[in-house]
Amino acid sequence: MKVTRIAECVWEVPPTEKTGMRVPARLYASDALLAQLDRGVFEQVTNVACLPGIVRAALCMPDGHWGYGFPIGGVAAFRADTGVISPGGIGFDINCGMRLLRSNLTEAEVRPRLRQLIDALFAAVPAGVGARGFVHLTAAEFRRVMVEGAGWCLTRGYGWPEDLDRIEGGGCLPGAAPDAVSERAVSRGTDQLGTLGSGNHYLEVQVVAPGGLHDPRAGTVLGVEGPGQVLLMLHCGSRGFGHQIGTDYLRLFDQVMRRYGISVPDRELACAPFRSPEGQAYFGAMTAAANAAFANRQVITHRVREAFGAVFGRDPRELGLTVVYDVCHNTAKVERHAVDGQLLELVVHRKGATRAFGPGAPDLPEAYRELGQPVIIGGSMETGSALLVGTSAAMAETFGSTAHGAGRTMSRGEAKRRTRGETLLKDMEARGILVRAASSSGVAEEAGFAYKDLASVVEVLDRLGLSRRVASLVPIGGIKG
Amino acid sequence: MDGLAGGCPRAVCPGNEVGHYTFLEDVALADCAIELEGRDLDDLFETAAAALAALMVEPATVSQTVERTLTVTAPELDLLLYDWLSELIYRKDRDREVFTRVQARVTGAGPFQVRAEARGGPIDPARTLLGADPKAVTLHQFAVVRVNGGWRARVVIDV
Repeated sequence: MKVTRIAECVWEVPPTEKTGMRVPARLYASDALLAQLDRGVFEQVTNVACLPGIVRAALCMPDGHWGYGFPIGGVAAFRADTGVISPGGIGFDINCGMRLLRSNLTEAEVRPRLRQLIDALFAAVPAGVGARGFVHLTAAEFRRVMVEGAGWCLTRGYGWPEDLDRIEGGGCLPGAAPDAVSERAVSRGTDQLGTLGSGNHYLEVQVVAPGGLHDPRAGTVLGVEGPGQVLLMLHCGSRGFGHQIGTDYLRLFDQVMRRYGISVPDRELACAPFRSPEGQAYFGAMTAAANAAFANRQVITHRVREAFGAVFGRDPRELGLTVVYDVCHNTAKVERHAVDGQLLELVVHRKGATRAFGPGAPDLPEAYRELGQPVIIGGSMETGSALLVGTSAAMAETFGSTAHGAGRTMSRGEAKRRTRGETLLKDMEARGILVRAASSSGVAEEAGFAYKDLASVVEVLDRLGLSRRVASLVPIGGIKG
Repeated sequence: MDGLAGGCPRAVCPGNEVGHYTFLEDVALADCAIELEGRDLDDLFETAAAALAALMVEPATVSQTVERTLTVTAPELDLLLYDWLSELIYRKDRDREVFTRVQARVTGAGPFQVRAEARGGPIDPARTLLGADPKAVTLHQFAVVRVNGGWRARVVIDV
C-alpha cells in the first residue's frame, strides 16, 4: 500500500489505493512508529475512508494498532446530514475513558501505607470477570443514570458537586434515549455500577516523575504541583451495559444497512445514516451508555475517596482528592468543525482516541478555558502515563482529537508466553510498583513490553502540536481486573 | 479464509475429541481472534462454547453445579454462531455463570436454531481462576464456512 509522507510525522494513503475510498487515510507517526504499525492498521484506516459522508480524511493517531472495524486510535468525522454512524467506530466499550484525580499527598507519605492502600482499593472497587458493584439500581434509577450520568451519582452522595465541572460534557451528554436501550442491556449492566472491568482497565496510584512537570504554569491550573505528588488514574468504561448496546446495534445495522444501499469493506463497519431512525436510535442508546460510564467512574471515585480516607485517617477533602479531568476515548459526538472553510455539523467518531479541544473551546470548564482541555494518556502499568492539554492545532488538524494510550505491539498470547503474571507482579514489586489483580494471566497480557514506548507517542503529539505536555506520571501501585 | 495457521497449539475441547480451536496471534492484537473447527455444526458450536469458556476462566476451576437449556434462533447460520456466543457472554454478566461442557444441536435451513444442554457453574472469586472478560463478539473477519471434513469459523472477541 502506497504511504507517502506529506509533512513531518504526517503520512497519507491516497484514495486511489483502494476501491471505494472517498477520502485519503492519514496517519500521524514518527518514522519509527510508522515502521511498528501492524498491517491491520493500514487495512482498517483505508476501510474507514470508504464510509459514506466522511470528510477530509480517515485518521489514525500515533498509538494506532489493529482493532476491529476502525483501527484503535482511529478518528473519522461524518456529515450529520448525509453521513453515517457506525458502532465499530465507537467500540463495544462505549465511553471507555480516563479519569485523573490529584491529591495533596506525596510519595513519601503514601509509600509506608502503600500495601494497605492497594488492599483497600482492591476491596472497594470490584474488578475482573463476574464482578458485582455495591450500587443496586431499580429499573427507574437505571433510566435516570442513562439520562443524568455522573449527576445522578451526586443525588446519592457519590461525589462532590465540583466533580461535574471537571468531566467531559459535565458528565452527562445530551440526547440519551433509554427507550432505545434493550432490556438485555439493562439486565446485563444493572449491578455493575462501580466495577472496574478487566483487560487493560485499571486504577493506578501514580506520582509525578522526577523532572516530570514539563509545564508548571499549566500544572498549577490543573492542581498538579510537582515531582512526588500522588495522583490516581482510572481507566474503565460502560461495562456490560455498553457492551450489550454495541452488540445489539451492530447486529441490527449489519442487516439494516442494505436497505440504505450501503455496503462496507469490513462487516464490523456496519452503519446506518445518522439521521435515519436506526441511526438516531443507536445514537440515543450510545449516549445512554456514555452517561452510564461517567456514572461508573464517578462511583469508583467515591469508593477511592473512602479508601484513602480510611487508610490515611483523614477526610478525603483534606487530602485534596479532586478530579483533574475525565475524558472519553470511545464515542461519537456531534460537533461543529470547519472543513474547507465551511462550518459543518459532524458526527466525530473517536475509537481509542481522545478529544483534545484547544484553548477557548466553549465546552471546557471556565478554569481550563484559557489553558485547553486536559488530555490523559495511559501508558503501561510498568512504564507510566502522561497528562497533556489540547490545542488549536488539534482543532484544525484532527477534529480536536489526539491519542489515548501507548498502543499494543504484540498479542496477548505472545505476552503470556514471555512472562507469567505471578513472576511479573513480584518483579514489579521489587521495582517499587505494587499491583493487585483479579486475573494473573491478565497481568501478563498487560506487561510493559507488550506496548509501544509512550514517550515516542507523546513526542509525536507534541511535535505536531496536537497536544502539549504538562506532566509525566509513573506508577507506584494499582489494581487490575 | 486467510491466515488459518495460528501461533498457538491447537486445543481440543474437553470431553470432545473432534472439535479444535486455535487462538490466532497475528490478528487484532488487542482482542482475541479464534479459529474454530468442527466435524459438523453441532461440534462447531460446542467448540465455540469451549473456546469462549477457556478464554474467560480455567475451566477446571469452575464447579459443575449448573445445568441450563439454551436455545438461540437466527435467520442465517453465521448469525446463529454470532448470537450463540453473544448469549454465552450475556449470561456471564447477567448470571455470572460460565458453561464449560456443552452439548449442542443445530437444526434448520434458514432460520437456524441451536439448542444446547449447557453445564457449568458460577464465577466464584474464591475458586475460579479468571482469564479475560469478553465484552462482545465482533464481526471483524467473522466467517462460518463448510470445508472438507467439516466446518470452520473465525471469530474475533473484544476483550
